[in-house]
Amino acid sequence: MENTDLQTLWVYLSTSPLTGLTITLVAYLIAYTLHRKTGTHPLTNTVLVSVVLLILMLEITDTEYATYFEGAQFIHFLLGPVTVALAIPLFQQFAQVKRLFIPIILSMVTGIVVGTISVLFIAKLLGADLATQISLSARSVTAPVAMGIAEKIGGIPSLTAVLAVLTGIIGAVIGTQYLNLLNIKDNSVKGIAIGNSSHGIGTARAFTLNTTMGAFAGLSMALAALLNALLLPWLVKAFLIVSG
Amino acid sequence: MKANKSSGIEFLFGITALLIFQLLGEVSVRILDLPVPGPVAGLLYLLILLVIMGKLKLPAPESLEQSSLALLNHLSLLFVPAGVGVMVHFHRLEEEWLPITVALFLGVLITMGTTALSMKFLMRYFDKKTKDST
Repeated sequence: MENTDLQTLWVYLSTSPLTGLTITLVAYLIAYTLHRKTGTHPLTNTVLVSVVLLILMLEITDTEYATYFEGAQFIHFLLGPVTVALAIPLFQQFAQVKRLFIPIILSMVTGIVVGTISVLFIAKLLGADLATQISLSARSVTAPVAMGIAEKIGGIPSLTAVLAVLTGIIGAVIGTQYLNLLNIKDNSVKGIAIGNSSHGIGTARAFTLNTTMGAFAGLSMALAALLNALLLPWLVKAFLIVSG
Repeated sequence: MKANKSSGIEFLFGITALLIFQLLGEVSVRILDLPVPGPVAGLLYLLILLVIMGKLKLPAPESLEQSSLALLNHLSLLFVPAGVGVMVHFHRLEEEWLPITVALFLGVLITMGTTALSMKFLMRYFDKKTKDST
């Protein structure tokens, strides 16, 4: 019977990893094209559009995230090697970095310490529970590192990944206008600030605007991964002692 | 993709090198109980190797550069599966939407603003200092 044939086909499609992988790539290509067609408008951010398209599709077909992830994990997995790959832009900018090393490190540490402590207190004051607070502390690091940090400090890794992606999208959408508002003109300063606050998604945005800004953002997200991994356990510990 | 111009073996070499460094990172973090995630340790080892090679006047392997830049070019794509994970946390987000939204927005504004303003200030300060000393 045709009906059961369709049903077996549906069962195959809804459980095979092939589907999750393919729809992720298709959604990304649609989002990418839309982003190009709108003249790389920040609101058509590719991650944002892809995620919205995929969630709509999963909700309509009543598919669980775990089933989707069976296929999507092959893309997710590449976040590990791509973190290692950040060594390349870091090395390429090495001469520049050496010259500006002290200002870069000091400003990034300042940004991380002030940003993390503020986020922890804001979340606590507005009534987020402890696991959410701790997960929020790692929000500005690239997703795989954020998950690794969250695991070590008592956050929820999968929630942290989501918060990191949302932070990246926010930074990519409002970042450059905000920096103009603060009267920041130097592209290297813009890049460092974007990479330190909105990691890879901000960096991808910075690259579409200016190569120097993009290179510095890439450098900054790599350093931020390192600095956050070293600083966050201490910051969270200090916050827990102070806030009781 | 530029990386696939020849037989594609360069691309394969580059990816393998990245995986080896990630593996070294993951293993060393576990054995030595280091406070950083495995891929970050891998990043550091690769950077150290590149710096040493640079000191010895050896060029960085082009295949590694090309496959790394190819991956980094489509960095956005790699965040999509984690982003879709938002649907698992709808319940928590619904209950804690106010603290999460405010913390995320202010987090970006505060981190970005503090970093940018302090770097602008520090660059001016260090420029002056180097000018004064020369």
